[in-house]
Amino acid sequence: MVPEPTFESYYGRPILKEPTWKTPDVPIYLWIGGVAGGSALLAEGAALSGLPGLERVTRLTAAGGAVVGTVALVHDLGRPERFLNMLRVFKPTSPLSVGSYILAPFSSFAGAAAASHVTGVAPRLGRLAGLGAAVFGPPLATYTAALFANTAIPVWHEAHRELPFVFGGSAAAAAGGTAMLLAPVAETGPAVRMAAVGAVAELGVSHRMEQRLGMLAEPYGKGLAGRLMRLSRALTVAGLGLSAVSAGASGRGRPWARRLAGASYSAGSLALRFAVFEAGRESARDPKYVVVPQRERIRAREEAARSAASETGSGTLSG
Amino acid sequence: MPGLGTSFGRGGATTSLQDLQNADCILIEGSNMAEAHPVGFQWVMEAKRRGATIIHVDPRFTRTSAVSDLHVPIRAGSDIAFLGGLVNHVLSNDLDFREYVVAYTNAANLIDEDYRGPDDLDGLFSGFDPETGLYDPISWRYDPPEDMNAEERERDREQREDKDSAATGEDAKRSHQAARSESHGSGGAPVSWKGARDETLQHPRCVFQILKRHFARYTPEMVQQACGISPEQLRQVADALTANSGRERTTALAYAVGWTHHTTGAQTIRTASILQLLLGNIGRPGGGILALRGHASIQGSTDIPTLFNILPGYLPMPLADHHQSVDEWVRADEGKAGFWGEIRSYAVSLLKSYWGDAATAENDFCFDYLPRLTGDHSTYTTVKAQIEGRCKGYFLVGENPAVGSANGKMQRLGMANLDWLVVRDLQMIESATFWKDGPEIETGELVTEEIGTEIFFLPAANHVEKSGSFTQTQRLLQWRDQAVPPPDDCQSELEFYVDLGNRIRAKLAGSTDEMDRPLLDLAWDYPVDEHGEPDPEAVLREINGTGPDGAPLSSYTELKADGSTSCGCWIYCGVYADGVNQSRRRTPHWEQDQVAAEWGWAWPANRRILYNRASAAPDGTPWSERKRLVWWDPDEGRWTGSDVPDFIIDRAPDHVPEPGAKGPDAIGGQDPFVMQTDGKGWLFSPVGVADGPLPAHYEPPESPVRNPVYAQQNNPGRKHLSTPSNPMNPSFSEVFPYVFTTYRLTEHHTAGAMSRTLPYLTELQPEPFCEVSPRLAAERGLEHGEWVTIVTARSAIEARVLVTERLRSLRLGQQWVEQVGLPYHWGRNGITTGDSPNDLVNVTMDPNVSIQDKVGTCDIRPGRRPRGAALTAYVEDYRRRAGVGPEHLDGHPTAHPDDGGTQA
Amino acid sequence: MSRLSEFLSPESLWGRLDDVSGDAGHEDHPPRMGFFTDTSVCIGCKACEVACKEWNEVPDDGYQLTGMSYDNTQQLGASTWRHVAFVEKTLPSRAKPAPEVTDLGMPGSGPPGREVTLPHGEDQATESGDSGLRWLMSSDVCKHCTHAACLDVCPTGSLFRTEFGTVVVQEDICNGCGYCVPACPYGVIDQRKPDGRAFKCTLCYDRLKEGQTPACAQACPTESIQYGEVDELRVRAAARVEELHAKGVDVARLYGADPDDGVGGDGAFFLLLDEPEVYGLPPDPIVTTRDLGAMWRHVGAAAVALAGVGAASFLGRPFAGRWGR
Ligand SMILES: Nc1nc2c(c(=O)[nH]1)N[C@H]1C(S)=C(S)[C@@H](COP(=O)(O)OP(=O)(O)OC[C@H]3O[C@@H](n4cnc5c(=O)[nH]c(N)nc54)[C@H](O)[C@@H]3O)O[C@H]1N2
Ligand SMILES: Nc1nc2c(c(=O)[nH]1)N[C@H]1C(S)=C(S)[C@@H](COP(=O)(O)OP(=O)(O)OC[C@H]3O[C@@H](n4cnc5c(=O)[nH]c(N)nc54)[C@H](O)[C@@H]3O)O[C@H]1N2
Ligand code: SF4
Ligand code: SF4
Ligand code: SF4
Ligand code: SF4
Ligand code: SF4
Ligand SMILES: [Mo]
Repeated sequence: MVPEPTFESYYGRPILKEPTWKTPDVPIYLWIGGVAGGSALLAEGAALSGLPGLERVTRLTAAGGAVVGTVALVHDLGRPERFLNMLRVFKPTSPLSVGSYILAPFSSFAGAAAASHVTGVAPRLGRLAGLGAAVFGPPLATYTAALFANTAIPVWHEAHRELPFVFGGSAAAAAGGTAMLLAPVAETGPAVRMAAVGAVAELGVSHRMEQRLGMLAEPYGKGLAGRLMRLSRALTVAGLGLSAVSAGASGRGRPWARRLAGASYSAGSLALRFAVFEAGRESARDPKYVVVPQRERIRAREEAARSAASETGSGTLSG
Repeated sequence: MPGLGTSFGRGGATTSLQDLQNADCILIEGSNMAEAHPVGFQWVMEAKRRGATIIHVDPRFTRTSAVSDLHVPIRAGSDIAFLGGLVNHVLSNDLDFREYVVAYTNAANLIDEDYRGPDDLDGLFSGFDPETGLYDPISWRYDPPEDMNAEERERDREQREDKDSAATGEDAKRSHQAARSESHGSGGAPVSWKGARDETLQHPRCVFQILKRHFARYTPEMVQQACGISPEQLRQVADALTANSGRERTTALAYAVGWTHHTTGAQTIRTASILQLLLGNIGRPGGGILALRGHASIQGSTDIPTLFNILPGYLPMPLADHHQSVDEWVRADEGKAGFWGEIRSYAVSLLKSYWGDAATAENDFCFDYLPRLTGDHSTYTTVKAQIEGRCKGYFLVGENPAVGSANGKMQRLGMANLDWLVVRDLQMIESATFWKDGPEIETGELVTEEIGTEIFFLPAANHVEKSGSFTQTQRLLQWRDQAVPPPDDCQSELEFYVDLGNRIRAKLAGSTDEMDRPLLDLAWDYPVDEHGEPDPEAVLREINGTGPDGAPLSSYTELKADGSTSCGCWIYCGVYADGVNQSRRRTPHWEQDQVAAEWGWAWPANRRILYNRASAAPDGTPWSERKRLVWWDPDEGRWTGSDVPDFIIDRAPDHVPEPGAKGPDAIGGQDPFVMQTDGKGWLFSPVGVADGPLPAHYEPPESPVRNPVYAQQNNPGRKHLSTPSNPMNPSFSEVFPYVFTTYRLTEHHTAGAMSRTLPYLTELQPEPFCEVSPRLAAERGLEHGEWVTIVTARSAIEARVLVTERLRSLRLGQQWVEQVGLPYHWGRNGITTGDSPNDLVNVTMDPNVSIQDKVGTCDIRPGRRPRGAALTAYVEDYRRRAGVGPEHLDGHPTAHPDDGGTQA
Repeated sequence: MSRLSEFLSPESLWGRLDDVSGDAGHEDHPPRMGFFTDTSVCIGCKACEVACKEWNEVPDDGYQLTGMSYDNTQQLGASTWRHVAFVEKTLPSRAKPAPEVTDLGMPGSGPPGREVTLPHGEDQATESGDSGLRWLMSSDVCKHCTHAACLDVCPTGSLFRTEFGTVVVQEDICNGCGYCVPACPYGVIDQRKPDGRAFKCTLCYDRLKEGQTPACAQACPTESIQYGEVDELRVRAAARVEELHAKGVDVARLYGADPDDGVGGDGAFFLLLDEPEVYGLPPDPIVTTRDLGAMWRHVGAAAVALAGVGAASFLGRPFAGRWGR
């Protein structure tokens, strides 16, 4: 039987186009941006407070992250020379354009800082570069929220207020976690704190986001996205727990716990990016997530108009 | 199209597509106009925009139904019953446009005392010969005038004696009949006298009263029983039609092959003509009957025919045993009232265009050179002759019968039995490749190595690669200029045939054999351009005709019977008037009035609405301001209006012809049907239709339903092709319980070579499918989108199935009828391939035009069909279970075992 | 917000906008051109789809029988710039549960001519003669939004606003980033495999420059697709809706014609006979960049917060204050 179209859709076909961005390229790009951006912060903090082990690891992580991120982006585009087209114009309306203008300087700064740090060449310039990376790091970690939110994908767009904080928190957790994993245990104190605050923010804000999204939270909770989301939360909570265990011993007694906690944070952050990406795809695939909220919006608008009209209406009656 | 030809005098659409916009109501039945004529359909949409009611009567809810105000589902093959119900409604409620009917139709004519109708004869008309299945129409004729003059007395005698003088043998008689009926494309069937009339319409033998009695059976209940249409729906349609007819309003009818592709096709169109005449809708703006024709120049291919039984301009093909001279050839028609009475001028001018200077009065204008008919040479008969080894060679030019013609297997078996086959086409079509990949190769019924046919494939130039004219639906000739030269070896038809003629004539040059004279004497002198391409405009000029001074003529009234004029097709005379290619005129419609007379050129004489004299009342004034078109200007003493008057320009409305006047002189001032020998629209056809003077409902040759109207089950005059590859499903068979009907999709073209080969069209309808109702799907376990097998006694094919509410289960009284819809475009070559629905279709034809039926019965089952030899066994098993025996091959008109009625 | 948006874009991002081309920086530009697609006269002939492909040399989109009524191209995409939707809809009056088949005694399930008792009201049509079916056809196309998200988010400037106010992709500049794809609130634009560049209706920019009508509109036999100046088309569309309402077709409504809607009105808008979602259109699309200001503010705040978290993590550590080693 020619399927009878349900009230709200055309043969159940999507109304929106699914994002065509590739996985794992794009979720990895988001995550690595967070890791790199957060690491650049840690690196500058480490330098300022004299934690050479931490500084070395985070500088390298920031630079490495920038490289991996660029590679992931270029791979998504298909051909390397196409990346250059990004720099034809600067468009504040296009987070991808803005992102290119964040990624490019960040990569240069982080790369220069790391190179200088490793080789010892031009140390002052290296530090200046490090400062630059630290300035571009946080936006690198959070602009990707705008990248997703500035689309018609319901679960991204409607989350545009929370998503930057979720991603920011997630970046802190990932960067802190990565440092906890790789840096000398004794120097990881700031990383532990950063990761913990980030993890709490990630968990808290994403919870709030889901509450506010109402039915649009559904894609975050079911299917592949749901599984990834739960995995992410489990990993992040585990990170917090392990971190607490290791913190209790000030990192002395149980270095494995700290390293494990770091890996957990970082993996939790990675899983979150995949989850958000998948939830976006799901919400584009199912026309319900377009139609129902928009219908609701229309209804609310009409209701408002009606009540406004009835107010003026009674006014004229009385007059 | 004898249905229109015998009713009005010309076989073409009576109106134009553009004129539909003036209609107040449009009934589309037997056509899926929006899908098969989308460009013309814009005028239906325009009418709708202006407030017209659009009704679509079709077995399926189609894209036409979707934009209509009312869709009425009908059982395929039951249109006469439905239209009969409408006629009955009009007659029994006195809703006819009486003034029009009395003045312009033959309602008042008295019919011979011996006439008996199907009410009296259990479904037959008087004059039926059960031996041959043919009618002798003498008892259908008009009452002779009481005071017959000598000439009329002579004709009366002749008619009575002529009775059986058509050569012996069914074939010859049929061809005689066929030749007669198809020649009414422009010139009605001749009657001997205008006959006695009773303008009070009270005489029991007057046409009006006969009509009333005849259609009284077609009650709403009967319509429901036959068509599955409820009385309410019938009433709705009837109300819309009658409310939108009369002085102030008009209703138009549009049909196509949903009506013609039946054993009762011509009679269906006759029923529509009767309805439109009764409602006074012919010859008036927004009225008429629009025959929607098929291929781009299909009207052209009957005007300048590709048919075996007529010559250009609907001149009948001479018969071998009857016509030894021009005199004998034109005698039946010559001198009759109306323009057809000038037939000798048209005939002689045609011979002059063929043989030029060689045609002289002394040699009877080379009449002897014309081939003569010896029998029925219609295409299906020819296929039978191929199978039987009597036809040895075949030209296929722009036709793909392996897919497009009914009973594909029969077509292929025929072609596999030839000595040679020439295929000229744009694509490597199935008809050119059946010998290596046809279905019979798969089943093993044919073996490539054993097929002796030598096949020549000649690539043809397509429509944009050559110039020439198309004559479309509304008789409009439109010139088309070459856009690009043909690629490679592709040749235009014109170039090919001129060259073929040249070569044959070169081979015969110097021959002294009398037999070669017709070819050697041909006026075959086509000028060629620098590329060796003949000039198509020179051909148009030859068709238009020239006078004694060699200058182009401007009207067929200038044609002479003395050999001083030459004309390749008299109805096209004027298309090259003033030496200008009139068909190439392209003034856009927004730069001229609605009639758009300056776009192309329409025959006859660039008239757009035929019989438009009838748009004025008998006194010559418009019936109404709203519907004025052509009227009498008493001051100027001539007819005037926005269309070219289809009348003798200065014949006053009150003119009464002299007794004994002939030809155009015999046309009275109130005889709008100028091609009819009595000037009237025919409610009753005293001659000209092979299977009865009035339409009667008969069931399709394969039907699950007993004819509710008469005991006679099938059209007694139908032609069945009796050959082993054309077995019939028994009617009322439980084994073949469903009706199927075939049709087109917008996205594809006919046999598919021009669409299945193109990516952009293929992606739109990428696979063969069929359509069924949810109920049928449930009954047979068919799942939407899955494969199903459809089977008849001929073959089984597979397709995917769309289960859709657009197909309705129909209730006929106590019986339910299910219909399977089958778009017929698929075959084995091209981008999208599949089984061809025509492998399912049987060959049984309308006796007037030898057109096959597009409906039949079938079974449908889930799953794909068996492959290879298992397919043959599968179909064989069905035949065995259905009891298909030799008698189902015979198809003798009356001996058909399911013809419940004839024994009674 | 308006000041921020001015900074963010030379084109305004949201709200009513009467001069789109001017807003995009075209001076002395021709009037805004667009489509009014009146689906009430569409006959589903798909001439528009084919004409578009022929003119623009768009490749075929694959051969798949979908079972979605007569729609086998399914949706707008990189290789289908006009798409005709077919909606088969049984009206509520008819939409009753499928009848039991077993006791209907249809041909084939019993001896021919067997008497049957009819379930009441199960005739082939309603008493009114209405077949109870709607077959809606509608030719969809890029909306050439007043505020076009695809254009806004395009990082390369490949998507641009023409002097006619239309939105066009420049094939040689597009880098296949795919951002426009999820940005479009109508799901119009898409990437074409294998090279990943984005394609969509150009509103026949090349033809417009020559003063010609777009190919699809030119081919449409019923004037379902009407091409012209958007202002004039809006007037015509409003009149058409009124006309239909007067005829009792109260389901007729305009879609995308309102310059105050979420995308500032479409350059290609529609007259529909049912809810938009029935045709696969979003009922209340809003250009994503309406919220761009809020997004950047939140991104900025989050970045600052992140920096703060970073700094705070080192609280209590001695300040080494070293530059270099
Ligand atoms: N796109 C496209 N256009 C075409 C063609 C094409 O192949 N493709 N072919 C051209 C040609 S050659 C022709 S002849 C014309 C034909 O033009 P049409 O006759 O309009 O086309 P069909 O689809 O064959 O049949 C018309 C309708 O008849 C219905 N029908 C079937 N049996 C019956 C019946 O018994 N009674 C009634 N009332 N209706 C019935 C079918 O359901 C179908 O909807 O189209 C021309 N135009
Ligand atoms: N079951 C069923 N069968 C039917 C019908 C139906 O409704 N149901 N309809 C019938 C009707 S109405 C028709 S008209 C027929 C059509 O049946 P056919 O005429 O057999 O089918 P077409 O595909 O139209 O064949 C035309 C061929 O001409 C070629 N061609 C096109 N232009 C030119 C040219 O300029 N020169 C040459 N030499 N070749 C050219 C095309 O490539 C194509 O192969 O089908 C009939 N068969
Ligand atoms: S194909 Fe030609 S004849 Fe047929 S509808 Fe289109 S324009 Fe008319
Ligand atoms: S409809 Fe989509 S693709 Fe078209 S202009 Fe609007 S946002 Fe861009
Ligand atoms: S895919 Fe091309 S057109 Fe689309 S946003 Fe990227 S660069 Fe612009
Ligand atoms: S305007 Fe041109 S590009 Fe756009 S759909 Fe129509 S034909 Fe295609
Ligand atoms: S919009 Fe026009 S061309 Fe397109 S399907 Fe509808 S009627 Fe045909
Ligand atoms: Mo045809």
